[in-house]
Amino acid sequence: MDILPILATLKRHKTAAGLIVLQVALTCAIVCNALFLITQRIERISESNGMAESEIVMLNMSGLSRSKDPDATTRGDLEALRRLQGVKSVTVINQLPYANNFNSSSIRIKPEPLGVGEKSINAANYFGSEGWLQTMGLNLVAGRDFSVDEYLNLSDAEKATSPVIPSIIINRALAERLFPKMEAVGQSVYVFGSTPTRVVGVVERLVSPQPGGTANSHLYSMVFPVRPHFRGGSYLLRAEPSQREAVLSAAVAEMMKVDGQRVVREKALFSDLRAKYYRQDVNMAWLLGCVCLALLAVTAFGIVGLASFWVQQRTRMIGTRRAMGASQGQILRYFQTENFLLTTVGIVLGMVAAYGISLLLMRSYELPRLPLFYLPVGAVALWLLGQIAVWAPARRAAALPPVAALRA
Amino acid sequence: MLMFRYYLDLAVRSLRRSPGLTALMVLTIGIGVGACMTTLTVFHVLSGDPLPGKSARVLNVQLDAEPLRGFKPGEEPTLQLSRFDAEQLLRESHATRQVMMVGGNVPIEPEGQAAFYSTARYTSADFFAMFEAPFQFGTGWVAADDAAQARVVVLSSENNERLFGGVDSRGKTVVLGGKDFRVLGVLKPWRPVPHFYDLTMGGFGKTEGVYLPFSTAMDLTFGTSGHNTCWGDARDGARKSVGAPCAWIQYWAEVEHESKAADYLQYLKNYSDQQRAAGRFERPTNVRAHTVMGWLKNQEVVPKDIGLQLWLAFGFLIVCLVNTVGLLLAKCLRRSGEIGVRRALGAPRNAIFAQFLVEAGSLGLAGGLLGLALTSLGLWAVRHGSSNYADLVQLDAPMLATTLALALLASLCAGLLPAWRACQVSPAMQLKTQ
Repeated sequence: MDILPILATLKRHKTAAGLIVLQVALTCAIVCNALFLITQRIERISESNGMAESEIVMLNMSGLSRSKDPDATTRGDLEALRRLQGVKSVTVINQLPYANNFNSSSIRIKPEPLGVGEKSINAANYFGSEGWLQTMGLNLVAGRDFSVDEYLNLSDAEKATSPVIPSIIINRALAERLFPKMEAVGQSVYVFGSTPTRVVGVVERLVSPQPGGTANSHLYSMVFPVRPHFRGGSYLLRAEPSQREAVLSAAVAEMMKVDGQRVVREKALFSDLRAKYYRQDVNMAWLLGCVCLALLAVTAFGIVGLASFWVQQRTRMIGTRRAMGASQGQILRYFQTENFLLTTVGIVLGMVAAYGISLLLMRSYELPRLPLFYLPVGAVALWLLGQIAVWAPARRAAALPPVAALRA
Repeated sequence: MLMFRYYLDLAVRSLRRSPGLTALMVLTIGIGVGACMTTLTVFHVLSGDPLPGKSARVLNVQLDAEPLRGFKPGEEPTLQLSRFDAEQLLRESHATRQVMMVGGNVPIEPEGQAAFYSTARYTSADFFAMFEAPFQFGTGWVAADDAAQARVVVLSSENNERLFGGVDSRGKTVVLGGKDFRVLGVLKPWRPVPHFYDLTMGGFGKTEGVYLPFSTAMDLTFGTSGHNTCWGDARDGARKSVGAPCAWIQYWAEVEHESKAADYLQYLKNYSDQQRAAGRFERPTNVRAHTVMGWLKNQEVVPKDIGLQLWLAFGFLIVCLVNTVGLLLAKCLRRSGEIGVRRALGAPRNAIFAQFLVEAGSLGLAGGLLGLALTSLGLWAVRHGSSNYADLVQLDAPMLATTLALALLASLCAGLLPAWRACQVSPAMQLKTQ
């Protein structure tokens, strides 16, 4: 197919051709960036938390001001919850992923406080009672779980002038950060004051209470064998996925039976907490997707509109070519090639624009740079779109009987 | 005027002649405008001034009480104050009004009803006057009540409804955290957007359910909420004591006039210098006194997603416009013959230009109406979505007018090029080819 006659024709329709090119370029630029944003959201939403998330339910109780010994109450509550039908294990924990609280502490590998200019490493600190590992369903990759004699009550630890917490379990990210070249298990770390705490285990993954951030407390987590009481913690229960709802309502009923004066502050399936945490991202991904589709549709209709106009305008030319022996296929290909040329120019401009937009977004929204492979994806999408859009008008042009076309 | 009606008539005829193309153009403008106005309305609502008329003279106070370790010059000081500094500034009372406060949760035990938890604000007395909280009954408390750790409370209208059926409950008793409190006043329904005076609970939260003196809440060790950042050794129990190296209190000052803001900043600098001289502060003086709007901007209260959505929607609108330009151009070039006849009959170029602009404008108006419908639909979706500002988003009169204006402006812009091309048509050429 000779493209020179096409170029010659386009030269006489600069404005219309320019508009198609401009529209394709803008669409390409926006769609590339939007696709990238969607992928980022999806990555964020699908970040694994390392937990048995489909088996966990949480219950947050709150006592009125008059309740007595909160540690004893908590012990009794846990005992009662453990006895419930369908409950595999229970624990009480100070914070959990996707909830509102976020406690973190700085962790050091030497006893002295940091000097001026030294960077502190912040890690989310989890306090869990016996059974935390089984209940959360975390995967221990090195070392061991806490032993029974290592646990202490948070209220006792707070009372002590210098709390001695014998052991700690950290997540792999933190282990690699603190001890890049050695085995973390067996090392000493310092969190509260200058008494050493020994690393006894490493879990494969444990996300922070608010995953998705970039600060180091969003990557690093640590767990202490410290039992919070119900006022400062939540009960976690593990059960078969199909029994979660039943276990949760049984747990609430049981808690009210133990002490009817208490208030359930929050109760939820862990998977619901997660869904709620990411709802905004899911919405945004859908919104971006819809805008992409709408953009492509608008552009397609624009191409259909202008191509139809051109077919009408060039009826005489088509008739002449057909009369001189051009086949229907040649006419069809003429319009297809013309569209291909215009879209290509648009795509080239669009790629430059996509990159420009990406730079702007990087500056204003701290987004990473657009990976280059999004550009060919956008290009292919628009080429296809152009060919699909031009198909119907081109077919109509090819189907024009030469005589009618000449007479027009 | 007469010509305008004639052009309008021509426009309607022309648009009717090709209903498919017209519908396509109206739809394109409508979708573009609808997308734009939906995001713009959300942005407009979220970035509004929560304290109109006064926001420029109400200042949020930040001091840098952290130790030298980890200091980076030019870094933002902690967002809140330590209790020591807040109480000291409140005692010195340098501004017209000042308030120190923190959010919390208190259990309420009404007689004959199940106990429940309510959000609370523990604050000094100036809160209500400074933030213009509207009273339905009664008033707030006075500084003497703060000093006396008085057991007094102001209820939200919602809690007054729940506890007392909405009657004037002044003087009645409410049990908060096991202690008796006397009701001093009841607020009207009140919800400044954003929830500017305490952003630690999310930027668009509801106002609290009960308000009581800060001193009383500390005396009774009521539970607080929000952020508490500590930089020294402070175990959980002591994090809220006067001497604790922890920042957890919001502090605001109201100056008499905007011009006094600089004065107040200087006062804070002096205070910071004094504290350093006394050995309490280690870092070089680093104080801030943001106005309400400055504070909201500094804290990036409007979610970043909204900004992204806004850009996306405007990009979309531009593509829609380019599309409309293309379609309008095709349409008007197809009518070269008609234009030739009009020109030959004596219509000047600007008449042709005007005629095509009127056609574009009427498309724009139709698109604007469709856009308005789509904006309402979009906002309906936002309201039924999950965001924490969902119930705040409304289309108000200015936004309604903006929608129509945007549609009209957009379509006129789109119409310029085709109209110009139309008036360039030379009558002789056209008539010859007929």
